[in-house]
Amino acid sequence: MGINRFQNDYQGVVRFITCGSVDDGKSTLIGRLLYDSKSVLTDQLSSLSKTKYARVTAEDAAVDLALLTDGLEAEREQGITIDVAYRYFATPRRKFIVADTPGHEQYTRNMVTGASQADVAIILVDATRVDLSSDPATLLPQTKRHTAIVKLLGLRHVVVAVNKMDLLGYDQQVFNRIGVAIERLATTLGLPTPQLFPVSALFGDNVVTRSKRFGWYEGPSLLEWLESLDTGPRQVLEEMRFPVQYVARQDGSGADGFRGYLGRVESGVIRIGQQVRVLPGGSTATVAEIHISNGERSADDDEGVAFAQAGDVIALTLKEDVDVSRGDLIIAHDEPAPTLARQLSADLCWLDADPLSTSRKYVLRHATNTVYAKVRDVKQVLDIETLSHVVDNKILGMNAIGQVVISLQKQIATDTFDQSLATGTFVMIDEATNNTVAAGLIRSAC
Amino acid sequence: MLTEQKFIHSEPGALNTLNNEHLDWLEAESIYIIREVVAQAANPAMLFSGGKDSIVMLHLARKAFRFGKRPITLPFPLLHIDTGHNYPEVIQFRDEIVKESGARLIVEYVEDSIRRGSVRLRRETDSRNAAQATTLLEAIDKHRFDALMGGARRDEEKARAKERIFSFRDEFGQWDPKAQRPELWNLYNSRIASGENMRVFPISNWTELDVWQYIARENLSLPSIYYAHTREVVRKNGLLMAVTPLTPRAADETSELLSVRFRTVGDISCTCPVLSTAGNPAEIIAETVITDITERGATRMDDQTSESSMERRKKEGYF
Ligand SMILES: Nc1nc2c(ncn2[C@@H]2O[C@H](COP(=O)(O)OP(=O)(O)O)[C@@H](O)[C@H]2O)c(=O)[nH]1
Repeated sequence: MGINRFQNDYQGVVRFITCGSVDDGKSTLIGRLLYDSKSVLTDQLSSLSKTKYARVTAEDAAVDLALLTDGLEAEREQGITIDVAYRYFATPRRKFIVADTPGHEQYTRNMVTGASQADVAIILVDATRVDLSSDPATLLPQTKRHTAIVKLLGLRHVVVAVNKMDLLGYDQQVFNRIGVAIERLATTLGLPTPQLFPVSALFGDNVVTRSKRFGWYEGPSLLEWLESLDTGPRQVLEEMRFPVQYVARQDGSGADGFRGYLGRVESGVIRIGQQVRVLPGGSTATVAEIHISNGERSADDDEGVAFAQAGDVIALTLKEDVDVSRGDLIIAHDEPAPTLARQLSADLCWLDADPLSTSRKYVLRHATNTVYAKVRDVKQVLDIETLSHVVDNKILGMNAIGQVVISLQKQIATDTFDQSLATGTFVMIDEATNNTVAAGLIRSAC
Repeated sequence: MLTEQKFIHSEPGALNTLNNEHLDWLEAESIYIIREVVAQAANPAMLFSGGKDSIVMLHLARKAFRFGKRPITLPFPLLHIDTGHNYPEVIQFRDEIVKESGARLIVEYVEDSIRRGSVRLRRETDSRNAAQATTLLEAIDKHRFDALMGGARRDEEKARAKERIFSFRDEFGQWDPKAQRPELWNLYNSRIASGENMRVFPISNWTELDVWQYIARENLSLPSIYYAHTREVVRKNGLLMAVTPLTPRAADETSELLSVRFRTVGDISCTCPVLSTAGNPAEIIAETVITDITERGATRMDDQTSESSMERRKKEGYF
């Protein structure tokens, strides 16, 4: 494409979900990260200021931690439909967003929702509840379930935090044996072996800072690893995808009237003078102006910029007077096009209390596009433990994930989920209640 | 429990030792959300109070609709629910920035709701923060707004941690936890029936630290009371109470002239200043991060029962 694609620098934010069932130590781990990272940040600032901020040692932190985690645990169950709480912390190098999903049975839909915005999943294993008497050690069913869901959702980074190691004497053998069991599980699910961290959330060992109690462990602490994570836009798809979000018109429709197509570049690079195609219609045009709305480059954007790339929010104009509206997808003329689909096969996670109806039509939101859709067939419903499919049960109720065939009232331009988050996913809305009832991952389209 | 705040004198350098690449990501997300509101709503508006969060949100909205050198016209009005209990600096600042940005400002007064009888306060000097909920609902009916953008952030209050970016409200402006919609990827569902309403929070994922780093990077101007200034205050049950015409010093109280600043600019009668010598964003960051008192905790008296009152007020449609 002639432009050397320099790595776009959206390294700033690290978003993660923590998966664990009740009492594995999720709140304590998150509390520890929130609490200890603050002292790291404060060290940085107070070391520059005249006032010294007493560094809290691990022991007395455990006491204060209860205060902090207490707030997390005591959070009253508001009976909120999708129960994902977002928590924030930062170190001098990065900002972190935690999607904290409670570990009770309504879990799948909370996890899918949290994972949809996450760069990494931290699977929490309570070392004291792993059965070490068998060889290899046996993990709990919920650990299998969490790992299976994480595999399905194609998260870029997966780690396992082996918690409560203090109760097992910080023993390297125990950690290694759990590692073998995790590796075995990952291979059966076709997931690359995740990075493992021995931790004690309660005493803060190896969570934010390394600990001499894990003398044998040479790896980074959990936070050090998270801090170094590449979270730039997932660049599986090289081709340019620009879903049109809004058409802005200014100073009338006269010849000089401005018509800007606003949106975010989801993948690839878009350049001035580039030949583009507007899907699904298919008309071609030439990019006239590109204005970048975020980042340092937006400061000197008076004349516009020469190119924009994945992650940039922009406004662009076209030389030719073609019909473009919200929901259209602009692609490069000389690159492979996405599939123009009237039928999708997808993994559908059902989020609503009312189960799926295969006779009703639903509103389907795909990137900035909205079309009517019907689920023609539920081929299989997933047994979450083993990711194998259960054929006979065709009911897709809340928390279930099924392989479905969907027919669309109008053609849409799609990629697969593995290729692109933006054009490989959709949600379905029940027109009667306006509720968002399902989340879909496109596996193939035709 | 007023912890004797240490006066933090950190070199301006403290700010640029902090990474701010995340601001590009936050900016992109907020701009995308603002554009999504304009694309989906028929008659949206943006709440603007002159507070730092709404100033950041207005700046993001202008960036969302800026096309090179062309004059910026925002495709929605600004709406201020005026409690009538504002510091003069804030109102003066509000009018300046609105004139400068060419945006259309609509002001609705809690005073009018009191006159209409839809708001009744026990005492004339009672806090009007909560009363804003009623005036807000009346403004929505009067102007037929179907989506309101607000500068609330999840990090401000524990009760907000589960708040959506597109927060559904029924015709009474009520926040029903069961009616909130799952939000996946960046697919926001803003569909409503007539009478129903969307509250949208474009800076949900920003923390107070992010806001100040952004104010510094974009060089945004704020009402002066955000920065350290000398003010007559009275120490009262662990908080500082500013002495103003609305909140005069009681006969038996002694006041002091202290260097203070306001962390939020709400209703005079219940917004407390904090001891401070911070004169710029860098010093505010050092002070904020180190003193670690949540914005709502130390400075809003009517929020003493903060979590439950915030949640209750959200249910009443306050925000
Ligand atoms: N000994 C020990 N106890 C822990 C550790 N992490 C959590 N716990 C305890 O395990 C219990 C459950 O922890 P919590 O964080 O509430 O688990 P959650 O339900 O997953 O959030 C609490 O009593 C914690 O104090 C750890 O690393 N070591």
